[in-house]
Amino acid sequence: MSKHHISVTINGTVYEDDVDSRTLLVHWIRDGLHLTGTHIGCDTSSCGACTILVDGRATKSCTMFAVQANGREIMTVEGLEKDGKLHPIQEGFHQEHALQCGYCTPGMMMAGVALLQRNPHPSERDIRVGISGNLCRCTGYVNIVKAIQYAAEKMRASEQVPVSAGEGGE
Amino acid sequence: MASEVHTHHGLGEAYKRKEDARFIRGQGNYVDDVQLPGMLYGDIVRSPYAHALIKNIDTSNALKVPGVLAVITGKDLDAAGLAWMPTLSGDTEAVLALDRVHYQMQEVAFVVATSRYAAADGVAAVEVDYEPLPVVVDPKKALDPDAPLLRPDKKDRQPTNQIYHWETGDRAATDAAFAEAQASGVIVSQDVYIPRIHPAPIETCGCVADYHSATGKLTVWMTSQAPHAHRTLFAIVSGLPEHRIRIISPDVGGGFGNKVPIYPGYVCAVVASLKTGKPVKWIEDRSENLASTGFARDYHIHAEIAADKDGTVKALRVHTLADHGAFDAAAQPTKFPAGLFHICTGSYDFKHAFVDVDAVHTNKAPGGIAYRCSFRVTEASYLIERMMDTLAHNLGKDPAWIRMHNFIKPEAFPYRSALNWTYDSGNYEGALRLAMEKIDYDALRREQAEKRARGELMGIGISSFTEIVGAGPGKHFDIAGIQMFDSCEIRVHPTGKVLARIGVQTQGQGHETTFAQIIAAELGMSPDDVDVEHGDTDTAPYGLGTYASRSTPVAGAATALAARKVRDKAKKIAAYLLEVGEDDLEWEPGRFYVKGSPGKGKTIQELAFAAYTNCPPFLEPGLEAVNYYDPPNLTYPFGSYICVVDIDRGTGEVHIRRFVAVDDCGTVINPMVVEGQIHGGLTQGLAPALYEELSYDENGNVLGGNFQDYLIPTAMETPSWELGRTVTPSPHHPIGAKGVGESPTVGAPQAIVNAVVDALAHVGVRHIDIPITPWKVWNILKEKGLAVD
Amino acid sequence: MIPGSFDYVVANSVPEAVALLQQHGDDAKILAGGHSLIPLLRFRLAAPAVLIDINRISELEYIQESDGVLHIGALTREAALDDSELIGERYPILRDTASGVADPVVRNWATVGGNLAHADPANDHPATMLALGASVVAEGSGGRRVIPIDEFFTDAPFETALHADEILVEIRIPAPGERSGGAYCKLERKVGDYAIAGVAACVTLDANGLVTRAGIGLTNVGAHPIKARAAEQALIGKPLDEANIQHAADLAAAAAQPTSDIRGPAEYKRAMVHTLCVRALRRALARATGATEGR
Repeated sequence: MSKHHISVTINGTVYEDDVDSRTLLVHWIRDGLHLTGTHIGCDTSSCGACTILVDGRATKSCTMFAVQANGREIMTVEGLEKDGKLHPIQEGFHQEHALQCGYCTPGMMMAGVALLQRNPHPSERDIRVGISGNLCRCTGYVNIVKAIQYAAEKMRASEQVPVSAGEGGE
Repeated sequence: MASEVHTHHGLGEAYKRKEDARFIRGQGNYVDDVQLPGMLYGDIVRSPYAHALIKNIDTSNALKVPGVLAVITGKDLDAAGLAWMPTLSGDTEAVLALDRVHYQMQEVAFVVATSRYAAADGVAAVEVDYEPLPVVVDPKKALDPDAPLLRPDKKDRQPTNQIYHWETGDRAATDAAFAEAQASGVIVSQDVYIPRIHPAPIETCGCVADYHSATGKLTVWMTSQAPHAHRTLFAIVSGLPEHRIRIISPDVGGGFGNKVPIYPGYVCAVVASLKTGKPVKWIEDRSENLASTGFARDYHIHAEIAADKDGTVKALRVHTLADHGAFDAAAQPTKFPAGLFHICTGSYDFKHAFVDVDAVHTNKAPGGIAYRCSFRVTEASYLIERMMDTLAHNLGKDPAWIRMHNFIKPEAFPYRSALNWTYDSGNYEGALRLAMEKIDYDALRREQAEKRARGELMGIGISSFTEIVGAGPGKHFDIAGIQMFDSCEIRVHPTGKVLARIGVQTQGQGHETTFAQIIAAELGMSPDDVDVEHGDTDTAPYGLGTYASRSTPVAGAATALAARKVRDKAKKIAAYLLEVGEDDLEWEPGRFYVKGSPGKGKTIQELAFAAYTNCPPFLEPGLEAVNYYDPPNLTYPFGSYICVVDIDRGTGEVHIRRFVAVDDCGTVINPMVVEGQIHGGLTQGLAPALYEELSYDENGNVLGGNFQDYLIPTAMETPSWELGRTVTPSPHHPIGAKGVGESPTVGAPQAIVNAVVDALAHVGVRHIDIPITPWKVWNILKEKGLAVD
Repeated sequence: MIPGSFDYVVANSVPEAVALLQQHGDDAKILAGGHSLIPLLRFRLAAPAVLIDINRISELEYIQESDGVLHIGALTREAALDDSELIGERYPILRDTASGVADPVVRNWATVGGNLAHADPANDHPATMLALGASVVAEGSGGRRVIPIDEFFTDAPFETALHADEILVEIRIPAPGERSGGAYCKLERKVGDYAIAGVAACVTLDANGLVTRAGIGLTNVGAHPIKARAAEQALIGKPLDEANIQHAADLAAAAAQPTSDIRGPAEYKRAMVHTLCVRALRRALARATGATEGR
């Protein structure tokens, strides 16, 4: 069994550690670094509760080894709020009642953030596709879609990106 | 206590949730987030066989794995009398298998190690010798005289695989009604199979058991929907003194009935902590969760309706074969082995009914009551709504008409059903009319006729369900003997802020907000000033927990009444301070004032302060109250759902075009929370109708035992639910509320099934068993010559 | 849930990866996107002694068309195919395919090369590549070689023509001529699942609307990806009218070798090959002629 030294930036902080090759990224984040906002919901990479951003890409952290994250930049749910200000996605989830038990919520929000990074103007269908890798048992998704729409609007407004006809934000 | 509804400051408001603050920051505290110094990890060795003798368990290699500290087997537990434990249904179940295993994935040994990874390696290194035995997975075959006896451990009191026979209703009168219908009326009958499914909350089950030998105190963080009941059961089973057991149900990531039973993993973790003196964490994987924890449904039903030729129903006769798996661990009130299944006369005025249930063992995981079922009401409602449609189609009547024609009329409430339930209030016609309006039912029927002429398959399905929740009156309802009351304790602090604790346990239902709203409404405060806690048995008053939609009907009542006790005491203090009699005082939200002199009054905050600083000499100081509520009856939420489907004639896929859900849960505490519950429940009604099934092959291998094959709907499968509301308060509930959490799961599946059958009724189809897979539909299309590309 | 132990090494270049494969032989597995491999490790269904991580070889991530050939680097992520304007405009069959692989989060990491090299008959790209007449480029200790896609898959699942010390580096697809169109139709139990059945169809028509080239590939209806040769042959020289589409679909369904399992009975899967082939050919025709059906 080999051990590897890794250096990973998470939510702006650099973490150095020695990990076994087989340590899953989600276990390292949760058990090793005590960032327990990212959750585990299945064992077949199906539920998305473990979704984080790795180098800006939505990633199921249960399907990556910690060693693979060496040198990379990660954002977890704990990195959404900045200086006491909630991210629009967090605001949206609260305003639109897009969470009940809260367990799928961190992964769902990170998938939402990734979706909006790629597509600031998503249609309802785009949103449903974008979160199709994240399962929720409580909400029936209706309000999650609304929350992401709320965040999209807020983010477009704050960017003050001029929106003219035909610009789809691709 | 009539249902005075206070429509200010809290009740009826779409108050944003207080609990969101931690969850959106990823700062929830779920069981797997608990990390204690020196904590060890447990993992379970499980049987690959559905039925086998255990010849030998060799733990020697496992003990050599670095980090593995111990391997507990059934023999070890047996020495402490813990190899078997009682279930909530009067059976016993194995904690760790002793001489044989009864279902695939059954627990055989518990490995304790210093890390999760070492524990997993330890599990892989335990060697078990099995001698396979013949497997029984068909419950009908379990009743064959030559079927292998699956539970030799209880053969003296139960010599066959049949667990019980249960019946209710008037068999003679029902048979007579059927005889009459045979002669001059109409009889419709149907076999309806409701397969096994699994509640599968996104958080699996688990615990951290922490025994301190110095104090003798056992603390267990546990995914529990009923912490107090669990504490009492732990005390009874383990012999540890109950005042030194503390169960903490922290944040729970969904329950849906999955977190009501006590699982072997919890017991093993407790034993391991007792042995090692260290905290022991056990968290199951999803595959373990699906294959071994409490399943739901698995009812084989034969149902018949006797009716007049004009479509007036007369009698209902139902026979059910219930597959309980290897142990009867169904979690329901003890006097009701088939739960509340006998609500199956539903919203309709049946004069006579008879229901019987035969329960059997098979080589499958134990359970039966789960997945938002309200104690088998999902099964009951499914069967009656399917039968009403079958009756309609056989008579050539419209399914909406047949319901309207047979609904219990509003003036009939309180209504005593043919199976002896007293429904508190209802307005079934109102709900169905509203649903029909919202979906423009008549236009849909016209569209269907046009489409049919062109060969397009479109269906409309209705479900007009009656729910029965709020268990329940103590003389009839108990869990393991403990009466099903519930509680609320309120403390008003000197500066007028409130801390309340309740005996129920949210797993997402929003109690920290909705119960704060109840108190805020009674006391005329902002819900911001009321914090609600629950889940810690050391501090919360005794309650029976949250499942079967009982929180609002029972603990919600206790909360309103406790708040009224607080207000009553505040009134006495006000009278004293204002130097008037209590009868001279009026209440408006947040203050008492002197009749005729509105300027002379005291706010609730001033009265709270006075309770501690200037208390009347004839009263105890302080401003706190507690209420334990024994409900006088259950409550009966209801609704009407209408679903429109289009069928792809090339693939058999069912597309849900629209789904309108009109719910009536009586007084609505928080419409936003109620709607969220309905969205989620509808999705959990869609799932069994079209997607989910936990099945077994003939060797007892679990099929669909992981999230690749157990098909939880994503946002792509889930339609945009359209909601509507009627409000018919419960006359016996202090705030008129009935509860709503399970209504959608109870009402939805049959709306979808009815729609699919309706799409094919014109070619003679009367029933399709769930889940309605594309290939089931396609087979029908092919048979009827309707399949195309 | 928790994998057994293994050694881990990062390859920063293709020669390094090849050298590592040579060194470790059967003890090693390539780790690309990892969303097929890592679940196998977690269930302890595979236990390689060494994982060779090739994710840092960023030179293998590209999509470019040149000299009448579309070149896709083997490490190109499904999400990149899904997002690519070039793919969307000129190779929509690849967007059909990529956008249906698993779910959007998995697609950020899953690679086209991995989808082909893992050779799970349930994977989607093999059928599409068969229909496109693609070829793959392998690099090993013996240098580079080009393998036509219909020589790449063997009769057995999870097996390809790659040697033990070779990795895929590129996929090559002939640029579509005029009046060419292709489509991939996948039937699944729910979004994110493997296919109950999938059919990829590509056609090229001449100026008279007669088929000059046809490629039809089948997903998850056999032990390996299936090239429906008889169906392809039956279309050559014919107009792509409803009757010929139906006939080709009959032949495609006959070429399927489905088994009954949790995704449906064999008879249903075979019938769905027919239905999906008809739909794929109709959409391919629409794309070839610029009609409005299909994207």
